[in-house]
Amino acid sequence: MTATATSARSDLSELGRSETALRTFLHGLPGVDQVGAEQRAAQLGTRSIKTTAKAQAIDLAIRMVDLTTLEGADTPGKVRALAAKALRPDPADPSCPHVGAVCVYPAMVPYVAEVLRGSKVHLASVATSFPSGQAPLEIKLADTRAAVEAGADEIDMVINRGAFLAGRYAEVYDEIVATKQACGDAHLKVILETGELATYDNVRRASWLAMLAGGDFIKTSTGKVPVAATLPVTLVMLEAVRDFRAATGRQVGVKPAGGIKTTKDAIKYLVMVNETVGPDWLDPDWFRFGASSLLNDLLMQRTKLTTGVYAGPDYFTLD
Amino acid sequence: MFEYAPAPESRSVVDIKPSYGLFIDGTFVDPADGGSFKSINPSSEEVLAEIAEGGAQDVDRAVRAARKAYDKVWGPMPGRDRAKYLYRIARIIQERSRELAVLESLDNGKPIKESRDVDLPLVAAHFFYYAGWADKLPHAGFGANPQPLGVAAQVIPWNFPLLMLAWKIAPALAAGNTVVLKPAETTPLTALLFAEICQQAELPAGVVNIVTGAGETGRALVEHDGVDKVAFTGSTDVGRAIARAVAGSRKKLTLELGGKAANIVFDDAPVDQAVEGIVNGIFFNQGHVCCAGSRLLVQESVAEQVLDSLKRRMAQLRVGDPLDKNTDIGAINSAAQLARIRELTEAGAAEGAERWSPPCELPDRGFWFAPTIFTGVTQAHRIAREEIFGPVLSVLTFRTPAEAVEKANNTPYGLSAGIWTEKGSRILWMADRLRAGVVWANTFNKFDPTSPFGGYKESGYGREGGRHGLEAYLNV
Amino acid sequence: MSERVAVRKTYKLFIGGKFPRSESGRSYLVQSANVSLASRKDARDAVVAARAAVKGWAGATAYNRGQILYRVAEMLEGRREQFVALGVPGDEVDAATDRWVWYAGWSDKLPQVYGGANPVAGPYFNLSAPEPTGVVAVVAPEAPALLGLVSVIAPAIVTGNTVVVAASPAAPLAAVTLAEVLATSDLPGGVVNILTGRLPETVPTLAAHMDVNAIDLTGVADPELAADLEVRAAENLKRVLRPVPDDHDWSSDPGVGRMTALLETKTVWHPKGI
Repeated sequence: MTATATSARSDLSELGRSETALRTFLHGLPGVDQVGAEQRAAQLGTRSIKTTAKAQAIDLAIRMVDLTTLEGADTPGKVRALAAKALRPDPADPSCPHVGAVCVYPAMVPYVAEVLRGSKVHLASVATSFPSGQAPLEIKLADTRAAVEAGADEIDMVINRGAFLAGRYAEVYDEIVATKQACGDAHLKVILETGELATYDNVRRASWLAMLAGGDFIKTSTGKVPVAATLPVTLVMLEAVRDFRAATGRQVGVKPAGGIKTTKDAIKYLVMVNETVGPDWLDPDWFRFGASSLLNDLLMQRTKLTTGVYAGPDYFTLD
Repeated sequence: MFEYAPAPESRSVVDIKPSYGLFIDGTFVDPADGGSFKSINPSSEEVLAEIAEGGAQDVDRAVRAARKAYDKVWGPMPGRDRAKYLYRIARIIQERSRELAVLESLDNGKPIKESRDVDLPLVAAHFFYYAGWADKLPHAGFGANPQPLGVAAQVIPWNFPLLMLAWKIAPALAAGNTVVLKPAETTPLTALLFAEICQQAELPAGVVNIVTGAGETGRALVEHDGVDKVAFTGSTDVGRAIARAVAGSRKKLTLELGGKAANIVFDDAPVDQAVEGIVNGIFFNQGHVCCAGSRLLVQESVAEQVLDSLKRRMAQLRVGDPLDKNTDIGAINSAAQLARIRELTEAGAAEGAERWSPPCELPDRGFWFAPTIFTGVTQAHRIAREEIFGPVLSVLTFRTPAEAVEKANNTPYGLSAGIWTEKGSRILWMADRLRAGVVWANTFNKFDPTSPFGGYKESGYGREGGRHGLEAYLNV
Repeated sequence: MSERVAVRKTYKLFIGGKFPRSESGRSYLVQSANVSLASRKDARDAVVAARAAVKGWAGATAYNRGQILYRVAEMLEGRREQFVALGVPGDEVDAATDRWVWYAGWSDKLPQVYGGANPVAGPYFNLSAPEPTGVVAVVAPEAPALLGLVSVIAPAIVTGNTVVVAASPAAPLAAVTLAEVLATSDLPGGVVNILTGRLPETVPTLAAHMDVNAIDLTGVADPELAADLEVRAAENLKRVLRPVPDDHDWSSDPGVGRMTALLETKTVWHPKGI
């Protein structure tokens, strides 16, 4: 059943040493029934969060946003503006909290770092040849080191999905371990790209693999393939971090990314966190949203709660 | 902490009248002897309305109205036209679903999210499904020209008031019968609103008659000489009494009675979904479900882990105001039912089982019972044998599939069972051996109008739902 | 005061839930209206639209399909006078409406009547269930204009097939007006596609099309054309419904034959063991 509860903690740290041990362990994880998981996720989505609870949730969600731009067309000007918005999402309202982090490509890190210096907003950089990860390992590691040296304190890496789907779990594991080393003190978020993993069983296995290899966060998606974060995928990942902590004592964060656009969506995720893993994860240190347009919707809803009037997009900055 | 603020559904969508008469021959009438009783909101003990108590004379009047409608209108009517009335009813239920859901939660105590998301959609779907049979009876497999029985006497329980009404009335009308239905005395309101819906659909007078009252009213109805068919859902004891009462008569009888279902979890189950299934199996509708998975049979090798997960999950259940959209567990339907649950749980503790409930604040007024599990239960305990009909789960363990089957079947009941394993062949092996009318695998408490439902052994006879559900209302 | 000048309706094809003109830009005159004269390319486009709709429509729940067909009946009832104005007798519109209701109810019942458990001699679960065959090309009967059309479309789609219908060349206005009913009934675009024009132009294309799974030749009056179409259909072994006799009584009980002819049966085996 779960690899939780009874397994000795030292056993798990040894798993990565052998392909066979890893495979046996990952394939021994309990299965996920797709229909049941999706029904549970949908059920949590029907919670009705109103008034004070909604205000609380919106501010928490803002603090959890990894404000992201990952475009070929990104420029220093664009990412500086984004970083400024991360610091003061609603210039008209000083009570509005700052976001969790800004997330950009490695080349854009220095420009963001200038703006964020001295603030509590984290600077995340994607790395390891994001989004495909199809590059030699040394290049992926160099990519990671460059981002950290330029000022990133969080690295969002991609796993080698090809190796994972081919069953070469040790290869995936070793890459994560190496990337974690390259990160130094920076936090490592491991992107599973769940849209390419296809099944919830795979999502659960990849989650455990990433955690066993030392990931600080597990993240759903790059945002660059058609299926990004979904509630049921996030549910399976939350169950994984919950069971992993029970087994090892180490807490790992979760970051759904891509496709989360509205306050309503964000609140559904917070409800799911609340009822699946509990308040320990209801904190920007342990749960993040990888998003861009979500922030403005959160701000509009926040204004609606204070003024009682529905806001319009013209009243919020577009950065 | 992330505390959810109250999110109450508005009561104003429904108008409750101060008092209701009996619905006979298309109109609301006063009872012959003027008796009445009160229907209360079990979550607050507030009186919702004064309800007429039907006596023997009223029952007689209703049966005569149903007979006349059968002879003159509904019996001779082409199936195609009966279908259209049933489709109309289905549509009106869809259109007025929020009103019906709120009323159901007020009168019954069940959470609005269940009445809204489960009961009402199923009610509409049931009428929709049987509407489609009304003009297709020769295709149903009961011969070229199956005939209705006549007047059906139907007595339904309080746990799913409107859904049980739909399960009874839809197939009866589709097959060409007319009905006299008695709703439960604690939950008559949605049936009375349904009577208004019949008026709105311009259903011919007398096709549906609703006679409210308690046990005596029900007895007068099932014993009436003018009825051709008796359908009952409720306790096994009452079912047995009805079987005796109709013995030697021409009345066709179907019974949907109690249960003590085993929900069987193997060591290779999809554990997170199994835990959801266990919770849904016993805490859905406060456990007021005849097919509830009230006995958890868990393989001994994983019992501890499953129970840990189950307790963690139970701590998330929100007990309280049925009209709050975030409530998972509402009020117990009546003081009498609450007393019965208390009596059996006290017996469980006295017989040595270990009792556990999550920390849970219960409202001061109304009838409430915290979700509860008993571990260390054996087959000999009362809580493993008797139907509690409340949010109380008895946990037993097993070692092998054969032992699971043996324990699951070791009960006079046989309504439903659950199996949790990722291994398909084991599901089918188990299903072959379980003496139960419904077997859910890797899911629980699923209902659909196309799917027959009903029990083995003392859980009753006959099936409701699906093509099979027509048989109860045809002369076959 | 001068008499009000009427606004006339343009009758176009119905493909993928939209009402395009024929790509050929041609039309022909029927009942004082210019009706699109569909080309081979229009037929091809219609097949593409029908194929694209199969996944969603066949994958929808039977309950959902039944609700939508019933909705078609509701909408048709409301447009009764429009058909009467086109010369369709009121009784025929009523019968066509009732036919939608009849078929609506079959969506979640046919699998119960036409499938079931098979008691094989061995430790196996064995279940047969019907499935739609896919894209069906339909040649609508010439008359009755509306009841005939509904009687060939409804049984094909209720089980999850999608159709490309060649409307009767003599009665295209009722067909396009029915398309307007379908377009406002929550029926997903592409489930029903309607081509107006000459049968010899579009139907051979449909009969030979390798991405069409079945063809209903009901409305083909010419026996030689019917035989030719059947030969074309043989290339990819399309399921074929042959023409019905001229004196066929469309008002009689339709039975289940038109539905079952356009179904596959799938049987699933699974061992039973611990």
